[in-house]
Amino acid sequence: MSNAITLNYHIEGSDFINAGNASSQIKKVLQQLNVDPKTIKRIVVALYEAEVNVVAHAYKGDISAEITTEDITITLDDEGPGIVDIDMAMTEGYSTASPKVREMGFGAGMGLPNIKRNVDELNIQSEVKVGTKVVMKVKLS
Amino acid sequence: MDQYPFHHALKFLDEVCIGCSHCMKECPTQAIRICEGKVHLMENRCVDCGMCYRTCPYQAIMVEQDDFKKVYDYQYRILLVPALFFSQFPDKYATRQIYSALMELGFSNIVEVEHSVPILIEAIKQYIQSSQNDKPVISSFCPAIVRLVQVKFPSLTENIMLLKTPVDLTAIYYKRRLLDMGIKEPEIGIFYVTPCAAKIAAVKSPVGERASEVNGVINMDYIYNKVLRILKNDKDEIKPFDGMKFVSSKGLRWSLTHGEADNFEGRCLAIDGIHNVITFLEKLEKEEISDIDFLELRACDEGCPSGILTAENTFITVERVRFRAAKYKRLEKESDHESKMLNFNQYRNYILEENQLEPVKPRSMYKLDDNMLEAMRKIQEVNEIMKILPLVDCGVCGAPSCQAHAEDIVQGKSDIRRCIFIQNDIKEGNPREFLEKVWGNKKLKKSNENEG
Repeated sequence: MSNAITLNYHIEGSDFINAGNASSQIKKVLQQLNVDPKTIKRIVVALYEAEVNVVAHAYKGDISAEITTEDITITLDDEGPGIVDIDMAMTEGYSTASPKVREMGFGAGMGLPNIKRNVDELNIQSEVKVGTKVVMKVKLS
Repeated sequence: MDQYPFHHALKFLDEVCIGCSHCMKECPTQAIRICEGKVHLMENRCVDCGMCYRTCPYQAIMVEQDDFKKVYDYQYRILLVPALFFSQFPDKYATRQIYSALMELGFSNIVEVEHSVPILIEAIKQYIQSSQNDKPVISSFCPAIVRLVQVKFPSLTENIMLLKTPVDLTAIYYKRRLLDMGIKEPEIGIFYVTPCAAKIAAVKSPVGERASEVNGVINMDYIYNKVLRILKNDKDEIKPFDGMKFVSSKGLRWSLTHGEADNFEGRCLAIDGIHNVITFLEKLEKEEISDIDFLELRACDEGCPSGILTAENTFITVERVRFRAAKYKRLEKESDHESKMLNFNQYRNYILEENQLEPVKPRSMYKLDDNMLEAMRKIQEVNEIMKILPLVDCGVCGAPSCQAHAEDIVQGKSDIRRCIFIQNDIKEGNPREFLEKVWGNKKLKKSNENEG
């Protein structure tokens, strides 16, 4: 047995109904590990936001979470349009979401800034027309 | 972690329980296991919602109550009665007659619980305004919900409104009034008629307060029977009680769904039914739902009228409570009506000062171990076990799901050989011996008799 737990999930683009599945599952594991509820909340809020980003913008994506006694590292790797200007995307209120997505209550331009607020480290790499890779890290103790 | 002992009002009667497992499958926090043909309750998970009591086909679950004789230990016996109690009886019995019947049981006065609601509404309005960062405010009214949040949604405990409930406030008010009349504290006995088990547990081991003002709890079904007997036997003689004070119409509606939420500004939602509440809180915890100001959450459908200790059909009760509230609302327009209500003015500040709960602490039911490394090892072990379990959640092992069984095994509380599918694979030992550990031997004996 190793000192890390790895969890993997798949996300389908445009499947808003099942967005949030990974955050629910990861929440339960963190609760089993007796992680502080406030830390769990930050992780779950950030991950849910990131999941919705993939569903709203990309065609499909994969999530992998690695949990150690020190921290949790979550990687969301998607195939999609990519982000043209990451700095712009980090600005509150900036959104490229389609009107259809906005009608569903998503796409307010708070996604990435909200993620950043809730995690300790955030790294975004993106290639236009290929996809985006978001890596977020939160300390657990 | 919360250090208060966790009191449960639901008691499983070993001599009646046959281990049929209906309750195990129904429990929303997976707090029930079957072992040796009986229910085993995981006390740290149970929130006293009463779903097990509702579903038990054998009446093997009872709701504990204080001995009614305890009432007579006190010289001044005050009975706090929820308004919905008066709506348990057929329309031909007037509310004031029901008051009289209750008085005949030996009480000094009958006081409806919801007299304190107007003052509580004021306090909640202020509370919502002042808690900008901890939105939504989750009502503390339903004790099963407060406990559910503690065990299942620990990150939301900070959202629980730290204000007392109408029964506490009315008890505080009435006790103060009697003390000010020169009556000594040991002579005052305040008793509460409860519609459910959770409220008993809340009196016996309150969350967020050191001790309740209530001296004893009487189950609504018990006192319903006593009152109905009096009403039926003395119908012609029973006089309407003339000391009745009018509760506010808002107070009357308080225990119904929307009874709280409709009083406040902003986005206020009312959700009833424990499974609906769980679904909602799952989304709230992820902030999938946000920008809500106030949440009224109740474990029972339609709120307290479907409490497990009520007697009348839920929907008939709701109809009668609404009818009474509408009637009182009309009366409230009369100029002298206020003089017919309990006067809280003198004690307003005192009650508002006393109306504070201590922070509610999380008590997560999911943790596998206090030590994180050990918990991690256990998760990995659970995952390994899950690979060989059938994932049909049949419950034959005595746990509500394969996942729960795997966790029990890892915690040393169960044996993988209790899984009937694994038994079939290993064909080692006598499978019946392992099943007997779960179901006892009575059921197996019975099937043998039938064969013979």
